[in-house]
Amino acid sequence: MQRIVLPRLGVDKAWRDAARACLAAGLSPEDVTFGQEAAGGLFDEVIQPPKVDASQIKVPKSFVSLAQSVVWHADQRRFDKLYACLHRLQRERGLMQDRADPLVQSLREMEKAVHRCQHKMKAFVRFREIGDPEAARRSFAAWFEPTHHTVEPTATFFSKRFADMDWRIVTPDVTAIFEAGALRFALDMPKPELLEDAHEDLWTTYFCNIFNPARLKVNAMTSEMPKKYWKNLPEAASIPRLISEAPARARAMAEAAPTLPPLRTARVQSAATRGTYWDGPSSGLAAALAGCQRCPLHCQATQVVAGEGPEQAGIMVVGEQPGDREDLEGRPFVGPAGQVLLHAMQQAGLQRDAVYLTNAVKHFKHEVRGKRRIHQTPDRHEVEHCRFWLDTEIRQVKPQIIVALGATAALALTGRKDAIAARRGRTEPGLGGVPALITYHPAHILRLPERADQEAARQALTRDLVAAKALAVP
Amino acid sequence: MAQRTINEKLAILSDAAKYDASCASSGSTKRDSRDGKGLGSNTGSGICHSYAPDGRCISLLKILMTNFCIYDCVYCVNRVSSNVERVRFSVDEVVKLTIDFYRRNYIEGLFLSSGIIRSPDKTMEDMVRIARKLREEENFRGYIHLKTIPDAAPELIAEAGRLADRLSINVELPTDQAVKDYAPEKSPDQIRKAMADVKLRSIASKDRSHSGKRPPRFAPAGQSTQVIVGADGANDATILGQSTRLYGSYGLKRVYYSAFSPIPDASSRLPLVSPPLQREHRLYQADWLLRFYDFRLDEITDTALGGNLDLEIDPKLAWALAHREGFPVDVNSAPREMLLRVPGFGVKTVNRIIATRRHRTLRYEDVARLGASLKKARVFITAQGWSPGGLTDSADLRARFAPPPEQLSLF
Repeated sequence: MQRIVLPRLGVDKAWRDAARACLAAGLSPEDVTFGQEAAGGLFDEVIQPPKVDASQIKVPKSFVSLAQSVVWHADQRRFDKLYACLHRLQRERGLMQDRADPLVQSLREMEKAVHRCQHKMKAFVRFREIGDPEAARRSFAAWFEPTHHTVEPTATFFSKRFADMDWRIVTPDVTAIFEAGALRFALDMPKPELLEDAHEDLWTTYFCNIFNPARLKVNAMTSEMPKKYWKNLPEAASIPRLISEAPARARAMAEAAPTLPPLRTARVQSAATRGTYWDGPSSGLAAALAGCQRCPLHCQATQVVAGEGPEQAGIMVVGEQPGDREDLEGRPFVGPAGQVLLHAMQQAGLQRDAVYLTNAVKHFKHEVRGKRRIHQTPDRHEVEHCRFWLDTEIRQVKPQIIVALGATAALALTGRKDAIAARRGRTEPGLGGVPALITYHPAHILRLPERADQEAARQALTRDLVAAKALAVP
Repeated sequence: MAQRTINEKLAILSDAAKYDASCASSGSTKRDSRDGKGLGSNTGSGICHSYAPDGRCISLLKILMTNFCIYDCVYCVNRVSSNVERVRFSVDEVVKLTIDFYRRNYIEGLFLSSGIIRSPDKTMEDMVRIARKLREEENFRGYIHLKTIPDAAPELIAEAGRLADRLSINVELPTDQAVKDYAPEKSPDQIRKAMADVKLRSIASKDRSHSGKRPPRFAPAGQSTQVIVGADGANDATILGQSTRLYGSYGLKRVYYSAFSPIPDASSRLPLVSPPLQREHRLYQADWLLRFYDFRLDEITDTALGGNLDLEIDPKLAWALAHREGFPVDVNSAPREMLLRVPGFGVKTVNRIIATRRHRTLRYEDVARLGASLKKARVFITAQGWSPGGLTDSADLRARFAPPPEQLSLF
């Protein structure tokens, strides 16, 4: 028996060349054997592949792809089996299509085993970072124990996927090293000492939590992830615990009494009412608004204070919220601050009934102290809930300009909560595409301690209203 | 509320995401990063990087962006009325986690879903922002699956489709009435409109203009959906009928069936029994018969008692037992469509039988080597040297396949 020794790296090409040469030289499968070590049978004679012209040899494509996988199988006899098949193919042209032939069948099984091993290598290699995570080119390493010799045929998969980093996959025989974009192989490198990688904890957390203890199917897991791979998978250490705790966890879920919904539920649900404005007919608006429970303010206020004014108005004035007086009367701007506003409007030449007056928030938010109700500024959530109604009013009245009185109105209309002093007198893009002119709230004017400051603020308010009047002219 | 660490957030937001069955990473365009300018590849076929003890594959990092939700779907662990702890990932956190997991070869990519926060548009916008950052800043070429929000604006869906490999919208329940009852804020019409929209965009992305220019790709791995089995009273015929309509109308790649499983802090309105895993399994088998074995819906449901599939034997076997007049079939001469009906023969086995019988007359042992499961097939076929004789018509044939009856315990 003649024996041909193949190298440990690049065995696919080496076997192909040797087999073609042997076939061209007319060697039958009984005369020749292939192997990767020199130590063969006692009477084997180690030879070099014959030097003959093998260009005439033709094999079907399906055999070429079969052989390209089978050469990586761990079975020692793979080369001989392939050669036997190759030899028969020269006479039996249809052999590859005959799936029931025992030799073809056994080669197909080896091919399948190699494919599966390659697939599992793509899946179960786990890299650990071995360089600086901030480096321009990061570097990683992995230790892996494949069943067959799959590192060489599978390495290109990793170099195509992880081309922008350096990596190496060390196995008991072949090591693949990818550095600066170039792939090479080395033999018999020692198992590397890899430092702990914090991401393995995160990955294990993910693994444990994506598992559903109510549907335990251990066999389905182990058939796809056999235990032989577990020792190199960081997440696998938690599998026994997950399995043993699963029945109790599932039982606990089933037995737990239903809990009451958390307090925020009603609030969140009302906020989520479909749409950002009320889309019913304008005649029904007052009734719909009167029943508003979008936020908890309705529990304490007397009534909703709707806006008032012409159905179509060039100017809309938006205040913060009804005060004590407005809450009782159910009309906007009838209290002390309203008087300040109306005075300024008169100065600016605007009649109350020519302007649409409303508030950013339609219920009176307050705190009771003794016998008095003290105004409280509505918070962002309340403003957001009530913007639904403000948006509705803007869509119905279609003003050309909106005057925003103070910070709350400005927030409702522009979404920004910045200080008014810097924004006063300017227009900003507002809700519904209508420009919003920012100015002082009349209540702010009333609270100013110095008379001179009050006067200056009143004049500023009047000037802003004059400006709004000019902007509203068609 | 105390600021949660990434680890704590990941625990909560992956726990919240596990009820989505899909973890597929297959069927998208082939691409890689050989040019050295990006990270990741897609080979067209999916890779399962791990398996959990529930038997499900872990291919993608499947998380919710946030489990805050304004909807109150009774079957969902994240519904507004549930007491689970709420957290939220920032855009950067999701991007970094995806990249770091990917570089360690833990995953094929990201499956991002979310509770509805504030509004559908706002939620979709944040999800699209994550996908955009992964694709455009990190040059990520792995797989992205985005769960789309049915009511989100069309521009957002368009961009999601440009960035992601797959989009999905869950129909959730088998009938419109069940959706109304159990998911009051969701609208079945809206869900269907969204699926139709994805289909139209996908068709448009394949049309070349007359200058021959290709429009940007749109969700090349198609769209899928999920339906919960066992939460409402719908039978299997109804569920499969819905699937048939969905496959036919919107070109879905997959309909996933998810056995309703007890959730932490469940609503009192739902049956808290162990999930009907066997029923789920039979539905998948029937789904496969519809898509790959040329079965018609009525052929499967005709043999189903009360519209429900037989839990003891698989639907193909149930059909064959009810139609024994057509058996046994001769593996050496039967046409392909008849071989596909033989219990124990898969599509691959049938292809191999057809290729091999050109070269030889198949014997019983040959059929075994071609990958058939003869335990089931033997009574339905004849081959050289094999005939089932009277076995095909024997009265106790079903009992040979069904699991043995179980003695009820007295105590």
